[in-house]
Amino acid sequence: MSVIFKEIKEFKKQLIFLILSVIGSTLCIMLLPTRLQKLIDYSIPGKDVGSVWLTTGTMLILVTGLILCGIVTAKLSSLIAMGVGRNMRAKMFNKVQGLSREEIDKFTASSLITRTNGDINQVQTFLSLCLNLALVAPIMAIVGVALSVHTSPSLSAVLLVSVPILAVIVIAIGKIAIPLSARIQRKLDNINLIIREKLTGTRVIRAFGTTAFEEKRFDTVNVDYTRMNKKLQNITALFLPAIYVVVAATIGAIMFVAFKETQNTAEVHTTGEIMAVIQYIMFILIAVVCLTIVFLMLPRAATSANRAKEVLESENLIKDASEARNNEDSKGYLEFKNVTFRYAGADVPAIKNISFKAAPGETTAIIGGTGTGKSTIINLIPRLYDVTEGQVLVDGIDVRDYKLDVLRSKIGFVPQKAILFKGTIDSNIAFGGNDMPTEDQIEEAVITAQSYDFVTEKKDGFNTAVSQGGSNFSGGQKQRLCIARAIVREPEIYVFDDSFSALDFKTDKTLRKALKEKTKDATTVIVAQRINTIMEADRILVIEQGEVVGMGTHKELLDTCRIYREIAKSQLSEEELNR
Amino acid sequence: MKKTKNPSTLGRLLSYIGKYKGSMIISVLLVFIASVAFASAPLFLGFSINNLGDILKGNAGEEVVGGFLIFLLTMIICYVVYSILSYIGNLLVISATQKAVYDLRTAIDKKLSSLPLNYYDTTTYGDVLARLTNDVETISVSAQECVFEVIKAVFTMIIMFIMMIGISGWLTLFGLISVPVMLIVAGKITAKSSVCFDKQMEKTGELNGYVEEYYSGHDVVTLFGKEEQVDEGFGKINEDLFKASNDGNFLAALMTPASQGSEYLGYTLVCCVGALISIAGALSIGMIQAFTQYLTNFATAISSVMQLMPQMQMTLSAAKRVFEFLDETEEVPEAENPKFPEKLEGKVEFDHVKFGYLPHQTLMHDLNEVIQPGQKVGVVGPTGAGKTTLINLIMRFYDVTGGAIRIDGVDIRDMKREDLRNIFGMVLQDTWLYSGTIMDNIRYGKLDATEEEVIAAAKAACADKFIETLPGGYNFILTEGAGNIAQGQRQLITIARAMLNNPPIMLLDEATSSVDTRTEALIQTAIVNMMKGKTAFVIAHRLSTIKDSDKILYMEKGDVLEVGTHDELMALDGGYAKLYNSQFADKQEN
Repeated sequence: MSVIFKEIKEFKKQLIFLILSVIGSTLCIMLLPTRLQKLIDYSIPGKDVGSVWLTTGTMLILVTGLILCGIVTAKLSSLIAMGVGRNMRAKMFNKVQGLSREEIDKFTASSLITRTNGDINQVQTFLSLCLNLALVAPIMAIVGVALSVHTSPSLSAVLLVSVPILAVIVIAIGKIAIPLSARIQRKLDNINLIIREKLTGTRVIRAFGTTAFEEKRFDTVNVDYTRMNKKLQNITALFLPAIYVVVAATIGAIMFVAFKETQNTAEVHTTGEIMAVIQYIMFILIAVVCLTIVFLMLPRAATSANRAKEVLESENLIKDASEARNNEDSKGYLEFKNVTFRYAGADVPAIKNISFKAAPGETTAIIGGTGTGKSTIINLIPRLYDVTEGQVLVDGIDVRDYKLDVLRSKIGFVPQKAILFKGTIDSNIAFGGNDMPTEDQIEEAVITAQSYDFVTEKKDGFNTAVSQGGSNFSGGQKQRLCIARAIVREPEIYVFDDSFSALDFKTDKTLRKALKEKTKDATTVIVAQRINTIMEADRILVIEQGEVVGMGTHKELLDTCRIYREIAKSQLSEEELNR
Repeated sequence: MKKTKNPSTLGRLLSYIGKYKGSMIISVLLVFIASVAFASAPLFLGFSINNLGDILKGNAGEEVVGGFLIFLLTMIICYVVYSILSYIGNLLVISATQKAVYDLRTAIDKKLSSLPLNYYDTTTYGDVLARLTNDVETISVSAQECVFEVIKAVFTMIIMFIMMIGISGWLTLFGLISVPVMLIVAGKITAKSSVCFDKQMEKTGELNGYVEEYYSGHDVVTLFGKEEQVDEGFGKINEDLFKASNDGNFLAALMTPASQGSEYLGYTLVCCVGALISIAGALSIGMIQAFTQYLTNFATAISSVMQLMPQMQMTLSAAKRVFEFLDETEEVPEAENPKFPEKLEGKVEFDHVKFGYLPHQTLMHDLNEVIQPGQKVGVVGPTGAGKTTLINLIMRFYDVTGGAIRIDGVDIRDMKREDLRNIFGMVLQDTWLYSGTIMDNIRYGKLDATEEEVIAAAKAACADKFIETLPGGYNFILTEGAGNIAQGQRQLITIARAMLNNPPIMLLDEATSSVDTRTEALIQTAIVNMMKGKTAFVIAHRLSTIKDSDKILYMEKGDVLEVGTHDELMALDGGYAKLYNSQFADKQEN
């Protein structure tokens, strides 16, 4: 909850005015019955028509005040609640942008998405409710107690019994409802999970003809969820009737006390007094109900607020160097010095003792089986992760000694998963540029990436819309556009993480040729599965279980490295091997 | 009052609840009786106040005291009866609405399986997901409240009105004089706020999409150092969302001063006029008290409906989106008299097949080809040549626009889809697995498979080894998207899944492109064994894997241009030969 308070502080001025307007409208509402009491006790018995008009005038002023204060309250409460929501969302998004890969993995991307949208919306809704109800309630309760004690202390004493009873009911219902609603939330996650899976797996589901199985799978959670929802609603529905019974008993008790006191002649009340006290006590009970609603919503909002807080207060593991260095003279030198990396919580290091050097114009290839740590190695270059031991040096400086943006401006990275963003082809490629690239630069990058034909074949050419995730392009096209995006950066070091996998051999080949031309002065690091892609590399690292088991050129490795030979054999025919 | 702009949405929503008419009718009856009790309570309170007034003046006899106590007790009993009956009524409404929402979810789920693949390929899935989860949840949460409160409010208003008229026609007139004005104001506010809420929904959707996109593409943003640019884009949508939601919430919150203002204006007038009438001696004080209470109840009923208006509006627009989804065009219905090949051998015929994803854009013009049982067919071509389209057609994910595809002489459109698809074993590009154990996931290929069969399939797919090393082995639970195992391992499981069914025709769509090459060698052996005696279509980029196919289909831009064995196609020296040679061109140039 502390996050919420911190955010509200930014709206201090509005909050003060809001409180004033709430006090204003509450007072107006509560003063109205005192006028009725005056009418009943004085004007009517005294048959004083003049005072009736006077009182009516006062009441009209109170009503006007009530409406005006209400409008101000509406304006300010909405502004604060929505404003806090907006600011938290912005902070959260900004925070996530700066998080490292490790933290993103820890939270998982889908959880971060829910936190940014769902959880903050939850906080926002709760706040909007709070600013109306939770502010009114204490004011109403305090004024109510004051007025009723002022009118008649002995009748007010009834409150000493009915408020605790009400509190017990509220707490009892809350005790059952709150844990239940937490469980329901988890069930809802289950339902969403299954629907998500069905959406992503349509092809597979239909191919296997398991529609009936899927329907049953969904029905199980649906039945479960419906049942629990019903249970929760049944319990919360108990709340209002219970309150009515308490209210009725309270009114009855006040009347009875008044009657008893009259009999004992200890204190004689006027009818107006009794009616006023009933009215005040109603206000107090309304206040209790308001607080209860807030109280019932509190756990859910608190959970959401905490989930938001976890993100907002998580510490970024990958930080800019405090004393940043840069080497302007050296360009494109990359060195791994005894690098070992272990994922957080893992027993075994993902890569062990990796050392190699690469100079401008050279191509270093990394090959090996699935899950052997190839991607891990290259992820250390732009500091997606930091080494556990050893050093990664770019241009002779430890990557951890750079400012992050300086380091990353040197690197053109093409990730394994070809991700494009909503926008146009142009905007997606320009995304890669260190500065805003010119049209010519973009076109050149697209030509090099063998994408010119399919881009210009589109009606809108470079302005062709790219839909979310680039889903209107084929896998191969996406990969090529991602390559173009890296080219436009004109980096010192190119890193390709299995970035040619969706291309057919023909395209793969021409692309690499064009790329070679373009990257003459740059260092290139390629992770690949296909031998063809890397055969001519200056240096091939063969990775097995996180360790380098062979390093050399294609020819050398065929002679010296058993694993490399096996890989080659599985992909190339006898004649190709011997060529 | 304009309750809804779209009566058909409301009607359809109500028809879901209408299925549970029985409990709804009983509930309405109970609420009616409860409302009568609720309305009587202030009357008895008024009587007892009158009696108490007399007692206070000290001139009351036994009778008056007895009456006072009885009235007081009756008042309490009225509230108790009201509480119990309205609670039972509410239980019935809850049960009916929850069942209705359950039905709605089931309808959606059924719809998911009857939509054509085209729908999934052309819709962003975040949007569908939002409809199916958030929108249904909105309905679920508010349906009960809206239905019950409206029933209760309507009865309360009617009965309170009758009671007020009973006490004094003039007071009623003055008490309610402000109501029509307020209703007009409220109607205006609702109309305006619903525009804002629609905008808010729209912007929320936009924001969701943006967040989803850039969170999942976080690496790319980081790698290119574009945090600021992306932040800016977010800020813009966020600000728009703020504006829309701030306007909408402000307008919705205006309902409170509007209804309170009207309520207390009526109260003021009643006090004034009541006092004047009372001075004239035509009304007792107790009745003024009772009247103000009726007025308050009447106003509370109106304002509770009004407070619900935005919620109803939201529910209706949520329902509208859900119904839009339910109204999507479904797949062509199953053949009326489904056929099935008498003897399943695995012969596939393409007879003048014509196809395009869009009506005006023909991709595949005229494909004529017969694949004999047991033949191994390689499908090759540059990226985007339509290889996946071919699979889409054979599996009947899409229907041909002209000609026919026949399996063992039967048009696939004459078969039941499920029967047709059971003929195939398929390994797709995307390795979809669901959250559950590995055992369950492999068993997905054949739901009644025994544990032994599953393990045998896993062994055949070379998946057994890595599964055994996982904690729990076959009972290892995969998370959503199987994110807790490697891509290659996911692929192995999908292969095991396809192998389990032992189908007569195999479809492999770039199946092995993300398995590392050593594992791939093992898989190749397994697949060759599995494909023995079966018809098989293999799409692969590595031409070495399909070189010894019985038949190779070379595709380009949607059409099959060359057909033949490897040697025949090489001799032809066309597109295939070029593609094949390009593999080694690097070397030749050196």
